Parts: sequence; structure tokens; C-alpha cells
Amino acid sequence: MVGGAAGLKLIQRTLHRRFERGMRYTDQRMGGAPALKWLLRYVFPDHWSFLLGEIALYSFLVLIGTGIFLAVFYIPSQNQVIYHGSYALLRNQEMSEAYRSVLDITFNVPAGLLIRQAHHWAADVFIASIVLHLIRIFFTGAYRKPRDINWYIGLTMLMLAVLEGFAGYSLVDDLLSGMGLVIAYGVALSIPGIGGQLSSTIWGGQFPGTGSFFSRLEIVHVFLIPLALTALISIHLATIMRQHHSQFPGPGRRERNTVGTPMWPAYALRSIGLMLAVAGVLFLLGGLIQINPIWQWGPFHTYLSENGAQPDWYIGWLIGALRLMPNWEPVIGGYTIIPNPFWGGAFFPLVVFGIMYAWPALERKFTGDRRRHDLLDRPRDRPNRTAIGAAFFSWVVIIFAVGSTDRIFFRLHIPYTGMIHFWRIGVWVLPIVVFFITRSAARALKRSESHPLRGWQGQVVSRGPDGAVRVLEGDGNATPEIPPPVGTVPGHDYPEQKPSE
Amino acid sequence: MTDGSEGNGPAARVGRGLGVLLALRTAWRAARREEPVGGPPPGSPPGSGGADGNGSDRDPSERTVPANPRAELLVAGLLMLAAVAGVGFILVYAIVQTNTQLLGLALGLGLLFLAAAAIVAGKFVVPQETSVEPRDVLLKEEPAEEVVEIIEAGGEGISRRGLLTVTGGLAGACVLGAAAAPIASMGPPAHLLHQTPWRRGIRFVNEDGTVYAASDISIGSFYTALPEGGNPDSLGAGILVIRLPSVWINLPPARHDWAPQGIMAFSKICPHAGCAINLYRYPLDSQTVNAPPAFTCPCHYSTFTPGDGGKLIFGPAGRELPQMPVMIDSDGNLRCAGPFDSDIGPSWWGVRRV
Amino acid sequence: MRWFTRRARTPRWIRGTVALALGALALVSIADPSSSGASSSPRRPSMTEPSGIAHVSATPGPLKSLGGPPTTLPNAPRKSPEPQPPGAPTTTFPTSPQLVAQGQSLYEDGCASCHGTLLQGIHGNAPSLIGVGAGPVDFYLSTGRMPLDNPRDEPQRNAARYTREQMNALIAFITKVGGGPAAPAVNIANGDLATGFHVFVEHCAGCHQLVGRGGLVVGAHVPNLQQASALQVAEAVRMGPYLMPHFDAKQINQYQLDSLAKYVLWTRHPSNVGGWGIYNIGPIPEGMVAWFIGLLALVFVARLIGERMETR
Repeated sequence: MVGGAAGLKLIQRTLHRRFERGMRYTDQRMGGAPALKWLLRYVFPDHWSFLLGEIALYSFLVLIGTGIFLAVFYIPSQNQVIYHGSYALLRNQEMSEAYRSVLDITFNVPAGLLIRQAHHWAADVFIASIVLHLIRIFFTGAYRKPRDINWYIGLTMLMLAVLEGFAGYSLVDDLLSGMGLVIAYGVALSIPGIGGQLSSTIWGGQFPGTGSFFSRLEIVHVFLIPLALTALISIHLATIMRQHHSQFPGPGRRERNTVGTPMWPAYALRSIGLMLAVAGVLFLLGGLIQINPIWQWGPFHTYLSENGAQPDWYIGWLIGALRLMPNWEPVIGGYTIIPNPFWGGAFFPLVVFGIMYAWPALERKFTGDRRRHDLLDRPRDRPNRTAIGAAFFSWVVIIFAVGSTDRIFFRLHIPYTGMIHFWRIGVWVLPIVVFFITRSAARALKRSESHPLRGWQGQVVSRGPDGAVRVLEGDGNATPEIPPPVGTVPGHDYPEQKPSE
Repeated sequence: MTDGSEGNGPAARVGRGLGVLLALRTAWRAARREEPVGGPPPGSPPGSGGADGNGSDRDPSERTVPANPRAELLVAGLLMLAAVAGVGFILVYAIVQTNTQLLGLALGLGLLFLAAAAIVAGKFVVPQETSVEPRDVLLKEEPAEEVVEIIEAGGEGISRRGLLTVTGGLAGACVLGAAAAPIASMGPPAHLLHQTPWRRGIRFVNEDGTVYAASDISIGSFYTALPEGGNPDSLGAGILVIRLPSVWINLPPARHDWAPQGIMAFSKICPHAGCAINLYRYPLDSQTVNAPPAFTCPCHYSTFTPGDGGKLIFGPAGRELPQMPVMIDSDGNLRCAGPFDSDIGPSWWGVRRV
Repeated sequence: MRWFTRRARTPRWIRGTVALALGALALVSIADPSSSGASSSPRRPSMTEPSGIAHVSATPGPLKSLGGPPTTLPNAPRKSPEPQPPGAPTTTFPTSPQLVAQGQSLYEDGCASCHGTLLQGIHGNAPSLIGVGAGPVDFYLSTGRMPLDNPRDEPQRNAARYTREQMNALIAFITKVGGGPAAPAVNIANGDLATGFHVFVEHCAGCHQLVGRGGLVVGAHVPNLQQASALQVAEAVRMGPYLMPHFDAKQINQYQLDSLAKYVLWTRHPSNVGGWGIYNIGPIPEGMVAWFIGLLALVFVARLIGERMETR
């Protein structure tokens, strides 16, 4: 026993010496110790919602790893071949080489289906986590100066991620993806003025294009967009590190500091844990839940289609907009000025992203608040912003939901045409209702200080009309009766409108 | 769900859905509820303290060394489990190879065990520290001014600044334009979008290449035809062929001879976004079902009535379904009698309309 | 947060797991086009034909038309009646004077109010049954689409209202009085899955979805096909019920029909080598899984890692 302990101590000492020597070796050549020290002591504020972006980051890593594996087997070719592979239901069918190569990944490459499904799940979760991250950023006001640049970068990455996902599942050339691709072709054609030449250039002629189209799409999917995303992620993270994370208000937390867990060792371990958990969940999904069973869809031909065809979820809002749009197609002087798919497929996403890009500047303009903010808002403390955000997101979510009205029809037997006519109006009315409900809910919560999910857990300090300060205690469930606030509560740093600059 | 309602009205379904949502919400609340664990509860209102919305000015820094042997043991156990799962993956891979479920389970669990080990170690084994780090002031006036000065100093001694700027801009734009010009070799000019493989006299064949005769086309069914000898995957290739009884036919006068024996042909490609129209409804009994024969595109559900020459009756498509005149040759086979009445495929700036 | 040192309360991971499980359950209930209804459905589809019928004969035999030639109303264009081509197998339903008599009384009770006592149909209410033959009658009765409470309703699949014997009686009565072609026959043993899939994609998937999960055509409901028997598939293909087009032997020959039926039966348990098939309708349930299982689980992990906002 004693010998063992001594041996351990020896190992530890040797390790220590080795480590020291290694550090000196690199430092003599790179001089990185101060930067490394800064990094190891970098403080991460503790809140779970700050990890949503990390989930996206780690999904991206899984995407790259699994994607490299898939790229090794994929053949970007539209050449028509006859299938003689191992999946009986497709034998002797004519299909593109691209589709056959993905069938081979699925059925013949050991672990190929696992990697392919994990890749696809990673894409779905990647974009979902970006959206959740964006929602968190919006409702806590984390996009304000100095983080507005990072907000723009994040939005750009979301757009690129959606394109990347679409390009990815379109490469497979199964019937479902072919239907998506032809709609993309229709949307590209519909861009006023330049659409015809633009899509002719992208596809190398009329859909389904020349033999080189899938090579072009593959370059976009495996090289151009991943490269752009990697560059933007680097800038995104570097900016965060330079500015430090924002944080929620709390004891000792100020605009001018960050309070939390330093990178080394506790945070690094937790973050590695999250990375492994992301990979673990994605591979579990990839192994246990089937995604995009292309062998059930069959090969694509321009004259084939199926009912209930749907894009992946992150394109769903566009199919909803395409379905909701009335059949306007203005024609002037023999030219079709705005072909119909433009509205839903191009104009609508431009408006959504345009509003989000413009938001930080709009808010600065309307509130006049140009200060730097490193402390976050709670959503309730900004009822107007929260209500506008809720209305805006509900607008997008309704249109998203309309994209699945055919399944809703099938499930609930609500007439499809009736639903479309209803939502053509409802999509404008409901967000307004959401605005007013959210705003009054935020105001009520702000007054009562109870948490919508956890019930009452705090105490309220209020100053009565007589000027006396009273402390009200809750009983764990109900909110104490609170007299309406009179004037400003001392120390309350949440001005509702136009803070004096 | 079945295709019958089986005594479940829509109300019952909505109710069940709401019930599920309620259960979900309850479960979510249960999972999220943070029971009070001594000490002051979280979420104290910002109104209760001093500046910056904090409670007290006490320095929050602290460092605790857990020294938790149980946690260390737990980490070791999790690491062992991860190792076992890793070996399991390799075994499955080497022996069964293509069982995706076993592979995914082994790899996923292995990663999750590792994740659990890292998280437990991060929270309960290594020192726990809360520290405070100051934030930099980002805008430092002096260096910013210096940068502007340095850049401007580069132009010292240049007298024709305006001229150089203009010519430099011009040269840059022209050379960049020249560099970008080869993009045009990616695709042909847009006017080729008007093309289809159909010419007058081309026979209708099915997917296997068998020629369609007029007698093959029966009322109440629909047929996909392709041009004989043409590329079947060209966007304009696929057409829908149907036969309608005269009561349903109400073509514009200019097309009166486009439907010999009631046989009509339409482009199979929806003029909205280009999906193949593969839905044809034809009432078994037109008296009880008030639905004229119609084509529906399965992507965005644009619906066209062939009897009226492809008129849109529902959905987002901005124009009619292109129709192609049909003729029957002396052998009784179907042939194309001329071009479509308008461009096939989705609309664009220069699309030819009816 | 020291969840393994504190025993008094339910550990958060258990609560999280419960939440996840309930989330999955909700998914099942919300997204499944066939689960809740089908599992609570009183009748499960069987792979075999119900006994008592399905006597397949390969001899065409002249069609007896006791009620005179099939008539079509001048303003009611119907799908062309599709007699089985010579050589095609047909399904013969049992018949006897007793069955016809039983069928007549059943008909008068259950059908005559809409279809008329002489099968002639009632204008604007229900079509004539003269000349329809055995196939449509068997299809509409065995899929529970008839009798219909309100003739204006869209007939939808339901539990069959009659026993097999009663259906045979009705078929015997209607074909005796109204005549019409024999019902098609189908033998999936002669079919080939690859051919069936190919035919299905070309002719059926536009409405019924690639794996036969159903959908919508503007104006009607497209049923899922997991409950259809092979014979019902054949009858529907040849007849074109409600708004469905019909397909004659020139378009889908007997071999293709056998293959098609084989494929439709296969869609009850399609090849889900990737794991849980999440109903085989494509990306909508996939998106739900990504959000409510994948991302929810990861947010839960993030909750374990990131300390809550605290004011200690």
C-alpha cells in the first residue's frame, strides 16, 4: 500500500515536470502563456440558457465529423443507372448515381446508416438550437450594444445553416428531395427580372439541369457554406471572448464585471460534458429513430411526386408561406413582374430576416438607448419588446404551422381550403392578439414578481403611498398582495421607456 | 388515426390534444421546479437592492474544494461504463456491422457516459470557483484616433487624391467584373427556358416506352405520357392525359379541336413551383359529389379543372395549367398536335402566358 | 444541484426523464397518423382475406346482367364500367336463393332509402347500383364506407356494419338484380414488391403518399392504406371509389395489380432499418423529434450544467 502511494507520488511529480518542460518549450517559440492564462481564467456566467449556443456549436462539430465520412462515399452525379443493390424494392429501377451512392451508404457501408442519420439529426438539432439561442438572445436583450455585431453574424449563420441543410438533403436525389429542389428552382425563377437567368445559371439550364448540377451543389454543401460558417463561428466566439459574456443581474454582478465559473477546470469539464452529451444524443437518435428513409421514397424523376411532401422543419415556414399566398401574379406589358412563388419563397424570408437585422437599430432609435449593456433584461421588464417579439415569432410560427395543414386536415378532418382561407386573415390578426396578451402578462408578472413556471419564490420590497418601505413575503405558492408601485423603487434599474442618457 | 372518424369528432381529437399538452406542461413544470433548498430564494426582484440590480455589494468570489470521494468513484464508474460501451461499439461494428440500432445505442451511450463523467467531475470533483473578472472598456479613444491618423498619414504628399480615387475605383470595378464574367459560362441564356421536347407529331408513350392509343384512355382515369424519343427527365416531358365526357368539356373556342374524342393533354408540371401534378380527382358519382374533375399539385395544392382548359380553382398558382393540343393518327395513336398554349414550369419574368 | 448527495427530493434527472418520456408520448399522440385511432380501433386489419368469400376463378365467364344493360344518366358521367378483361381472374362471391332473399331484406332496411328500392338510385342523393357489379359493393360494405348516415357526407373507412355473411347476401342480391361485372381478384403471391412499389409511385403515391399514409386532395380525404386488404386494394383500383380515378387492365395489368396489393400490405410494416419509423410520413415528425426529444434532452443537460440565476 505504502509503495503504491509512493509510486503515485512519483508519477505525479514526473508528470508535473514534463508538463512544465512542455510549457516552456512552446512558450519559447510562441510566447502564448499570457494568452493561455487569460483563457484559463476566463469567466463564464452561470446560467443554463447561455449554453444554447454551445449546443449549436457542438452540433456543428458533429456535422463536420459525420459529413466527412459521408463525403467519402457520395457521388455527385445525375447519370441514370439501373440499381442492382441490396434493397429489393428498388431493384431494376432507373435512378441517378447520386441516389444510388446514398443507398449504398445506407445499406452496404458498415455503420453508414448510423452516420447518415446522425448527420441528419445533427442538422435538425443544429438549426433548432440556433433558433432557441436566437429567441433567448432576443428576449433578454442580449443583442444590444456592444453585441449587435454578433447578432448580425448570428443571423447570417442561421441563414447559411438553413441553406446548408437544404443543400444537404437535396443532394440525395430521392423523390422527396427532388420535389424540394424543383420548388427551389421555382423560387429562384420567380425573382423579379433576373430570376430566369439566375436559375438558368445555377442549374445550367432548365431544371433538372446539366450533369454538373450536383457537383455544384456538393461544393456549396461540403465546402463553401461550411467554410463560411467556420469563419463566422470563429468571429462570433472571438467577439464574445473580447466582450465577455453578458450576465443576468444578481449580487455583485454589474455592467463592468462578469461573475461566474472560470474556464479551468470546472467550466471546461462541464463544456466538454455538454459536447459529449450533444454527440451522444445525436448518435442515439441516429441509431434509434429513423430519419429521411430515402429507400422508402424512391428515385426522383421530374414527372413524379407524392402527396404530403414536406421539407425539413427549418424550411417549413417557407412552404407554409407558399401555400398561404393567394394566387397574385401581376403582369405588365407581357412580363410577369412578380411570379407567385417569390412572395412565399423569397420575399417572406427576406422580410423576416430584414426585421431581425434591423431590430437593434430600430430599438435604439425608438428608446433612444445607446448605452453599452452587459447586464441582461428579464423579458417581463421590457413588456413592449417582449410583446413585439412574441407577436413577431407567433407570426412566423403560424405560417410555419400552415405548412403542415395537410397533415392537420388528415388528422383532424378540418377542411383544407377552409383552413387556408381562415389563416390568410388569421395570420395578421392573431399576432396582434398575442401582442396585447403578452404585454399585459409581462406587466402583471413585473408587478407580482412571481415566476410563471416556479410560482412565487421571492420577496417584494415596496414603498407604500406613505413612503414607508415594506417587505412582503410569499408562502411558496401564492404571490402576496402587492400595492401598486408608487414612483420609482429605489435601485430599480429597469426604466420602461426612454431612459435618460 | 384511421380514415374513418369512428365516433371521434374533431372536438374529441382537439380535446385529447389539449389534454396531452396539459400533461406535457405539468411534466415540464415538475421537471423544472427548483425546490427551495435553504438560503434566500432565487429570483429576488431587482427592486430589492442597490445599483446594477444586485442585492448586496458583497464580493461574490468564492472557491471550494469538494474533496468528494463518492463523486470521484462515480466518475470512475461512469468512465468504466463509457469504456465498455466503446468496446461494445467496436464489437458490434466488427461482428454485426449493419445493425444501426445496436451501433447507435453503443456509441450514443458511450458518449453520454463520458459526458456524465465530465459533468460530474466538473461540478463535484474539481474545485468549484466563482470569480469576478472585470470587463474591458472597448472603445479606447486614444488608439482609435491614432489609427485614423496613421491611415491618413499614408496619403501624405499625394496631390491628385480625387483622380486616383476615381481611377482606382474604376479599375477595381472593371477588373472585378472581368474576373466575375466567367460565372456566365455556368448556364445558357434564359430564353432556352421556353423549350420543351414536344413537337407536332410526336407520339405519346408511357414510362416503359409503349405508345398510347386513343382507345387506351378511359374516362375517370389519368395517364402520364412522355414524348417518344425525348428525354423523360426534361421538365416539359411529362404530360397528363385524360378523357372527359362532353358534359365536362368547356374549352375556350380557340381550342375547340384540341380534345379529339374528349382526350386532353396538359403539362404535368405545376405552373406555380414546378412540382409534378400527380393527383386527379374524378367523381364516381357526380350527382352526390359536387366536385368537377380536377388536377391537384401535391406541393401547395393548386387545383386546376381540365374541362375548362386548365383553369385554376384553388391554390397559389398564378396562371393556368398549360394545355397541349392532341391529335389521333390513322393508327389510332395519340400524337402531339402542336406546342403548349403557354410555357411549362414555374413562372418567371419572361414566361409566355396564355 | 448535488443531486446524488441529497435523497429527500426526487432527483431532477428522474423528473427530466419523466418529462422526456411524456414528451415522446405526446409526439406519438400528436404526430401519428394511425396510432391512436388504429390502436383503439375495434378491428385490426388482417393479412388474409376474410373466410367465406374469395373464391377465385380464372375463367372469365359471360357477365350476367339480369337488370338490363348498365345505364348512365345523361348528365352524370361515370367512370367507364370496367369489366375484367378475358383471362383475368375474378373473385366469385357465394350466392344462393336464400342469400338473395336475405340480401333483399337487408337492402330494403339499410340501402333502399337512398339507392331506391329497385337499385335505380335517387337523383341528387345516391347513385344507381344497376350494373356496378360485385366489386364496388364489396368494397363499400367491407370498408364500412356504406351504409352512410348522411348521403352528403364523404364516405370514410369505418368498422364494417355488416357481417361477412350479410355482405355476401347484399352482394348476391345487388348483382342478381343489377348485374354488372365480377369483382377483380388478387393474389399477392404472384406479385413482386419492387414492381408493386414502382407501380405505386407512378399511379398512387400522388394521392396516397409514398408509404400509403394518405393525405388530401382538394375536396376529399385520401385514406391511409394500412387497413386495406389485398382484395379491397384491387376493387378500389378497378373501380375508383368516390373521387379516386380508376385504373383498368391496360394501365395496371393483373401482375402489376398483384404486385401493387403486395406493396400496399408491405406498407403496414415497411422496412424501418433506421430505427423507430415515426409513422413514415417524412419530415414533420422528424422536426418534432429534433425539437422535443433531441433539443429538449440537450437543454435538460444544459440545465444540469449551468447553474441557475441565483442571488446567494
